[in-house]
Amino acid sequence: MSEHHQEGVPHRHPLRPDQDDTLTYWRAMEIALRQLLIEKQITTADEVRREVEAMDNRSPAHGAQVVARAWTDPQFRELLLSDGNAACEALGFERGLYKLIAVENTDKVHNVVVCTLCSCYPRFLLGLPPDWYKSRNYRSRMVNSPREVLREFGTTVADDVVVRVHDSNADMRYLVVPKRPAGTDGWSEAQLAELVTRDAMIGVAMACQP
Amino acid sequence: MTNYRGVHDIGGLPAGEVVPAEHDYALWEKRVDAMMVLLSKKGLMTVDELRRNIESLGADAYDKMSYYERWIYAITQTLIQRGVISIDELGRHIAAVQARSDDEN
Repeated sequence: MSEHHQEGVPHRHPLRPDQDDTLTYWRAMEIALRQLLIEKQITTADEVRREVEAMDNRSPAHGAQVVARAWTDPQFRELLLSDGNAACEALGFERGLYKLIAVENTDKVHNVVVCTLCSCYPRFLLGLPPDWYKSRNYRSRMVNSPREVLREFGTTVADDVVVRVHDSNADMRYLVVPKRPAGTDGWSEAQLAELVTRDAMIGVAMACQP
Repeated sequence: MTNYRGVHDIGGLPAGEVVPAEHDYALWEKRVDAMMVLLSKKGLMTVDELRRNIESLGADAYDKMSYYERWIYAITQTLIQRGVISIDELGRHIAAVQARSDDEN
């Protein structure tokens, strides 16, 4: 996976043109609706701002902590694989509104996540999904040509490893627990979390090598 | 053969190479997202209503609209369907927004 997806590496992606700088019809609709709901006392400007901040604070760093804990604590790993929401709560994170299913990569199985119908994604652990996750090409092809799509991400899965594709829906979200890289014995949880990228938790990449 | 697929139901269809593109979300997009979360918390909207309104878009609109454009459309549709807001008052507010300069919004 390209370096700019790695945790801890500051990066900015270009804003698409025609967004905050241009008053499109849809952007006007967003402003109009927000004002209307404030007038009707359904919400307040402050409430909207706080919700935006809450989403800004959700990031793949949270998911990485969950994975690093699962790598180092067998009991927590068991909990994560049996009840993902309870495991998140145990680490002090949001429980999440939808069922969280954690799937573990092993020497025999590589897991990868898609949402063919839309964009379902464990937002409470990873933040908002990247554009490509919501793209037609990813959604269409990941379910029937997963190895090919993985190669487009620079990820090659050995022929003797089963690729398992999980199609998310409105009621359940998946988190991939990547394989712990070799050569990390004795590493602290914080060090390990640095190796866990967003893309590794979606399953389009492996965890970084130390 | 009849095509039973909805416009959103694209799993397994032929498509092109995945370009791992992404952008930092613009503030207006984050606000649309926040609005959905708030309305859900307040019991004024469900994720199924969001989906139903997105999935009933025509194929052309579905493909041309950006992700959060589909969302703001579906959120306003839901609120109109529920009677929380009316088409008229939404229309008046949109016209007022468009009549102001960008700095005033």
